[in-house]
Amino acid sequence: MAEDVGLAERLRPYRVVLASRARSQRAYRTSFALDLVCSLLVGVVELAEIWVLFTNVSALGGLRFNQILLVFGLADLSFSMADLSFGHLDTLPDFLRAGTLDAFYLRPQPILLQLITSDISLRRLARAGVGAAALGVGLATGGVIWEPRTVALLVLGLVSGYATFAGLFVWAAGLQFFLLDGSEMTNAFVYGGRYAATQPASVWSRPLKLVFGFFFPMAFTAYLPAVTMLGLPGPGWLPAWLGWCAPAAAAWSWLMGLLCWRWGLRHYQGGGG
Amino acid sequence: MRATARVYWRLLVAGFRRQSAYRLAALGGLVANVTFGLLKVSILFATVRAAGGELHGYDVASMSTYVWLSQGMLGSVNLNGRTDLALRVKDGQVAVDFLRPVDLQAATIASEAGASVFALIPRGLPSVLLGALTIGIQLPTSPLLYLLGAVSLMLGIVISAATVYLIAVAGFWLVETRGLQIFYMLASGFLGGLYVPLSLFPQWLRTMAVATPFPSIMMYPVDVLSGLGGISEAARLVLVQLAWLAGVATVGQLLTRAGRRRLEVQGG
Amino acid sequence: MSGGIIEADGLSREFRVRDGKRKRLLTAVDGLTVRIEPGEAVGYIGANGAGKSTTIKMITGILVPTAGRVLTCGLRPVPDRRRLARRVGVVFGQRSQLWWDLPVRESFRILAAIHGLTGRQESSRTAELVEQLELGGFLSVPVRQLSLGQRMRAEVAAALLHSPELVILDEPTIGLDVLSKQRLREFLVGERRRHGTTLLLTTHDMGDVERLCDRILVIDHGRLAYDGDLPGLSRTVGAERVLVVDLAEPMPDLTGLCGARHLSSEAGGLRQRLGFDAEETTAARVLAAVSELAEVLDLTVEEPDIEDVVRRIYAVSR
Repeated sequence: MAEDVGLAERLRPYRVVLASRARSQRAYRTSFALDLVCSLLVGVVELAEIWVLFTNVSALGGLRFNQILLVFGLADLSFSMADLSFGHLDTLPDFLRAGTLDAFYLRPQPILLQLITSDISLRRLARAGVGAAALGVGLATGGVIWEPRTVALLVLGLVSGYATFAGLFVWAAGLQFFLLDGSEMTNAFVYGGRYAATQPASVWSRPLKLVFGFFFPMAFTAYLPAVTMLGLPGPGWLPAWLGWCAPAAAAWSWLMGLLCWRWGLRHYQGGGG
Repeated sequence: MRATARVYWRLLVAGFRRQSAYRLAALGGLVANVTFGLLKVSILFATVRAAGGELHGYDVASMSTYVWLSQGMLGSVNLNGRTDLALRVKDGQVAVDFLRPVDLQAATIASEAGASVFALIPRGLPSVLLGALTIGIQLPTSPLLYLLGAVSLMLGIVISAATVYLIAVAGFWLVETRGLQIFYMLASGFLGGLYVPLSLFPQWLRTMAVATPFPSIMMYPVDVLSGLGGISEAARLVLVQLAWLAGVATVGQLLTRAGRRRLEVQGG
Repeated sequence: MSGGIIEADGLSREFRVRDGKRKRLLTAVDGLTVRIEPGEAVGYIGANGAGKSTTIKMITGILVPTAGRVLTCGLRPVPDRRRLARRVGVVFGQRSQLWWDLPVRESFRILAAIHGLTGRQESSRTAELVEQLELGGFLSVPVRQLSLGQRMRAEVAAALLHSPELVILDEPTIGLDVLSKQRLREFLVGERRRHGTTLLLTTHDMGDVERLCDRILVIDHGRLAYDGDLPGLSRTVGAERVLVVDLAEPMPDLTGLCGARHLSSEAGGLRQRLGFDAEETTAARVLAAVSELAEVLDLTVEEPDIEDVVRRIYAVSR
């Protein structure tokens, strides 16, 4: 059996597993419908939190409501899509407890890749819908300066946001090898990160700017691209032009994620956990 | 009478002890808790400042109090709607529970409440302390308010246990309680004042919220403990909580009995 | 291939365990040196916690050894894990490698894709395994709805789908009924005959060992206590089989029977346990001897259990 096979052939096993998973999710009709509704409502409630605040004030962090929608839309859409493809990585503690991660070792594929392609959460599409709707309204009414650069930034922002959040899931998974029972700690930067990404970074204190502005680069996923598109200046330490550096944030997120993953896997093979 | 009281006390203590094994989990929860708290503080402070420093009775200091008290309560109230009992009702093991000489509702609630009260130690107190140290909170000065606060907190915990209990026993009739549980998860946090203080809600939404038991779970204890509105307001809120507790408990008791009869009829 | 299929040299693994408040070093595998040739069928037995699973994990690249080295199919298991995975098949008795909520057929399809089998390879191999293991009746049933016996057969098929040179089975017959065990054993014997597959089997069941293995490795407290064949093992250890007879009437202890020694009596002599050396006599002969003295209503034959054998081995090897 040849070792050098074509790309399509190499991708085949991942495609087969994902297709299988997708099929099995859609097969349980009512359950899936319920999951979709739930996912949708979660998105709606998250949006409602912000909306409630704006029934009291007209601007937060220098942004009006329909401008905040732009930030929220970018963040929630890219997060939901990342959650769809990478969200199940947080079941790693279950694999570790049951000893079923060993099965991954016995297959001729990288373990992280197996874990990533082991599932796909189609129900998140509903929540992505909420994000997309918010994004649409924000783009239409927020006062975005429309030029070719804006479109480029929009696409760049969305793709980088997706990649950044995906990297966070990998980062969290790598840490699970050490955290075990303390697995909730990673919620702080994964789901806390999502929350932070929907906020205008201008409301953050300096420590928060360091943590969610640079270390877990949440400001790059939505706020910074948004203010660049709106032609607004960013707050101190986070000038608007950083919106164009969103890909760098994604790269950083994946670098840290892969490092932690390797570190964690090595720990597991060294008999830890 | 004394014997049954002793039994329930034991259950409370057992629930209390159950949690002490999960120290690392508590630390993980604390980190997550404080992170969310800091983010909440950021956005809510910005809101208060944008409104000119005072918003529906909240200034920056009392807003901080709201954030840390609500975050501190998170580990002690059930805002996701899931319970072990729900699983037991689903697979029928609850029949065994009915054979025991304790009332299912009281035993379940006591056990849950015990665990919740314990959770205040690794989760509740540190969150409040960290919040006090980093941002600052303001607590009431009158000892009566503290007493009312403790009562209100306990009531909130018990109402939380009693309300999720309703979802579990609904499983006697509904094949799948997941829809109910999801609805509970979304409503209890939002209408319970977890994300935003209820005073900030537009009037119609606020009316909707007070028509549910959810504010009694979190918002009112936080309001009482933060001393907003003084003693008279605190007392009023505690009374509202008591009313809700009575209502939810009664419905729970009726459903339990009906559920038990249904189980017997079905030959469970 | 010039090398053995498994070559272990001083293989060791230590763990740091928390013992209350202190930490101590637990040696799970200690200086294991063994060489398994292609085509052998090796039984790997030992008490619980003796180090069997740890050895398997080091052979397959799941765990890194703390000392010594091992080569599996000529490859180093940890760095060359993915290449090795194509040549080894593993069956874990207590953990499933199949996709829990998918039909069995789907699992096979996925695995065929994972191992890069061509369409023809996939269909012919699947057909062969389905026939040999009698899986036809439940191919479209989700794995979680299968009985234990059915699931084990499916697991074995899954592990053999890519026709590996080495098959490792970790407690495959645990919890199975007698018929299922027999079927599985027959299949494994046949598979070896057809494809020359090497077999490494960890088990607690002496029946597995007797019917499947030509060579036995006994591990005790991490160390190799015996390496040889089964007759040699019984000889070394003097393990006894036990005949348990239920008599029609209570009898005094049946001592002095030729070839058998009296172990115990119950119910005032109604049930008696007689031990005998399998090398020297048979259960039938002992039964005949008993029948001359008393009427036998019912009987059972007990095999020497692994724990007993291992305990004796350790006593002998000291």
